[in-house]
Amino acid sequence: MIPPAFEYLRPKTVPEAVALLQQHGDDAKILSGGQSLIPMMKLRLARPSHLIDINRISGLSYIKEDGGFLKIGGLTREAELESSPLVRSKYPLLLDTATVIADPQVRNLATVGGNLAHGDPANDHPATMVALAAQIVATGAKGERVIAIDDFFVSLFTTSLQHDEILTEIRIPLPPARSGGAYFKLERKVGDFATAAVAVQLTLDDKGVVQKIGIGLTNVGPTPIRAKKAEDTLRGKKLDAATITQAAQLASDEAQPSADLRGPAEYKKGLIKELTKRAIVRALERAGQIAVPN
Amino acid sequence: MAKKELIKIKINGKDREAMAESRLLLVHFIREALGQTGTHVGCDTSNCGACTVIVNGKTVKSCTMFAVQADGADVMTVEGLVKDGALHPLQEGFKEEHGLQCGFCTPGMLMSTYALLQKNPQPSEDEIRWGISGNLCRCTGYQNIVKAVQYASKKMAQGGVK
Repeated sequence: MIPPAFEYLRPKTVPEAVALLQQHGDDAKILSGGQSLIPMMKLRLARPSHLIDINRISGLSYIKEDGGFLKIGGLTREAELESSPLVRSKYPLLLDTATVIADPQVRNLATVGGNLAHGDPANDHPATMVALAAQIVATGAKGERVIAIDDFFVSLFTTSLQHDEILTEIRIPLPPARSGGAYFKLERKVGDFATAAVAVQLTLDDKGVVQKIGIGLTNVGPTPIRAKKAEDTLRGKKLDAATITQAAQLASDEAQPSADLRGPAEYKKGLIKELTKRAIVRALERAGQIAVPN
Repeated sequence: MAKKELIKIKINGKDREAMAESRLLLVHFIREALGQTGTHVGCDTSNCGACTVIVNGKTVKSCTMFAVQADGADVMTVEGLVKDGALHPLQEGFKEEHGLQCGFCTPGMLMSTYALLQKNPQPSEDEIRWGISGNLCRCTGYQNIVKAVQYASKKMAQGGVK
């Protein structure tokens, strides 16, 4: 399948890319890793008149801690996240997520920024970033603005990015001591989207009481879903099997899956319940709590 | 007629160039414009990995990258494995261990496993299976592909081959 014709543009800087977006309007698209966009163009689900290739812009690919945040450049590849010593040692939720996205070849090209800006609730980073309470940095003609992750995903394939803005950075608050996270995804095979997946990030105090908790759900609604009721029920508590089961049930109630070739809605709700349990338990282990009391 | 641009790449160590429309996929550029037909078009949907090539040291699915994106890049395809007429230890491994039947997936398998061994010369069975998780084979059940990579890994360590 050959995609429809387009004009290819290769800016050298972010301002140049923004100017091209302004000049060519809604029909122009940013080409980042291209691992969602190119398949969509082949199927004529996307027909941009201009593709603005940002891959040669330097300074958009980095993973660093700075000013209270882990900062990830928009053009950072999934494979770079996977091999980053910083991510491997301190951000287990991000590592879990990066290793289950698509397959090795796709991860070599696919970018973290693209995974989010595409606005597909079936992608894995959206739920992860919800759980991590990330912020999105959008760069436009007037400079940068910061968007809270809860304001970023608007509806299916729609984010709050303006058409002349580029997602240039993701900021994740530095995890305090006794933090842990985990991502559990069920996929039919490598490379498939999640049938369902759950991201959990939590922080305990020195007595094991939950201080902070984020739970994000993948591919069970038009946007990634924050399981708010599940979070609320866990916050301020010491977790045991009963509270975890209760939270898992609430997360399942908050999911809005639809039936598709990956299974009926009820099955997916059941999955969310089980995956939430597992993700909370793994996150607790990683936060330093060895075993969950019954 | 859509506008064509000049695309220059280094392929298997040789500088080549050709004109191409921006929408031309890298795999078609390699096969049709450059005449290197070792790289296969399989599913054409970024699933099967038959079109895997190595661009600037990283494996990519060449059906999901535009040729123009690879302008100026160093590309390696299955044709780049043979040295002085001798099979690469990986190719030898696939032959000796029956790592193929129909052979359609083999060029992509070879590129993925070549990149794996460059990064990790002595992978465990798990790491080999992880390394080929983006490549589908409908014949072998993967068992003999794993053996072929183990064969190559050993042979490369003994012979000091890259």
